[in-house]
Amino acid sequence: MSGTTITARPGTPFIEVIREFAAPPAAVFRAHRDPDLVKQWLGPRDLEMEIFEYDVRSGGSYRYAHRADRGEFFFRGVFHSVEDGTRIVQTFEFEGAPGEVSLDTTTFTGLPDGRTRMHSRSVFPSVEARDAAVENGMRAGITESYERLDTILDKER
Amino acid sequence: MTVDEAALDRAFTALGDPVRRALIARLSRGEATLNELAEPFAITKQAISRHLQVLEQAGLITRSRDGQRRPCHLVPSALEALTSWIDGYRLATERTYRRLDAVLDSISGTVKEQK
Repeated sequence: MSGTTITARPGTPFIEVIREFAAPPAAVFRAHRDPDLVKQWLGPRDLEMEIFEYDVRSGGSYRYAHRADRGEFFFRGVFHSVEDGTRIVQTFEFEGAPGEVSLDTTTFTGLPDGRTRMHSRSVFPSVEARDAAVENGMRAGITESYERLDTILDKER
Repeated sequence: MTVDEAALDRAFTALGDPVRRALIARLSRGEATLNELAEPFAITKQAISRHLQVLEQAGLITRSRDGQRRPCHLVPSALEALTSWIDGYRLATERTYRRLDAVLDSISGTVKEQK
């Protein structure tokens, strides 16, 4: 399995993510459109996801919450344009940082062997907003690393 | 699994120190003795030895015996955790996409059953 490639150059307001999936674009797109499927994968592992609205079509909107012991986090945005199976352009806002809206463009490109390359590019309103988003994502990663390190330390004991 | 807060604290305290991170980085290239590890540092061998004790207690390194030598080794799984810790954002994103992998697996499974 190929891993995730992330490009977030210092001093720019962009994050680019590239990842390949062992399924055709239609399936990867469906996993982004169907709320019941989205709920199964989007967001950090330790958080429960509740979807209030998830209307993946041009002009549709979405709002959801991630819940954990340490609190709940709400996110919302609109789907600016949706091209079936190939492209989603949406806004993204963490309600804890109101007004820091990013514009996310995700494309799904079919590869010859029935796989998909997903390319996602987020444009934030400022470098600071971009850095804050990366920081928040990092914290989630660190939490998971703590759990993993805990497992490792258990084994080594 | 009960979370051993003391063990977590030891590990992350260990990683919080620049000298100990440098020692970990050196050991990621291969085993080394106290003398070899101490060489590039402008601090005493005793100080390095204390840093190594902290890393050992945190489960990040082990020491073996090889005749007169007592080389230090990185615990490979601990290195993986360390790399992930530094590269936390990528890890979080990759975790999310691994769950998406599983969702895609279940979708294609359903399609196969329908055939």
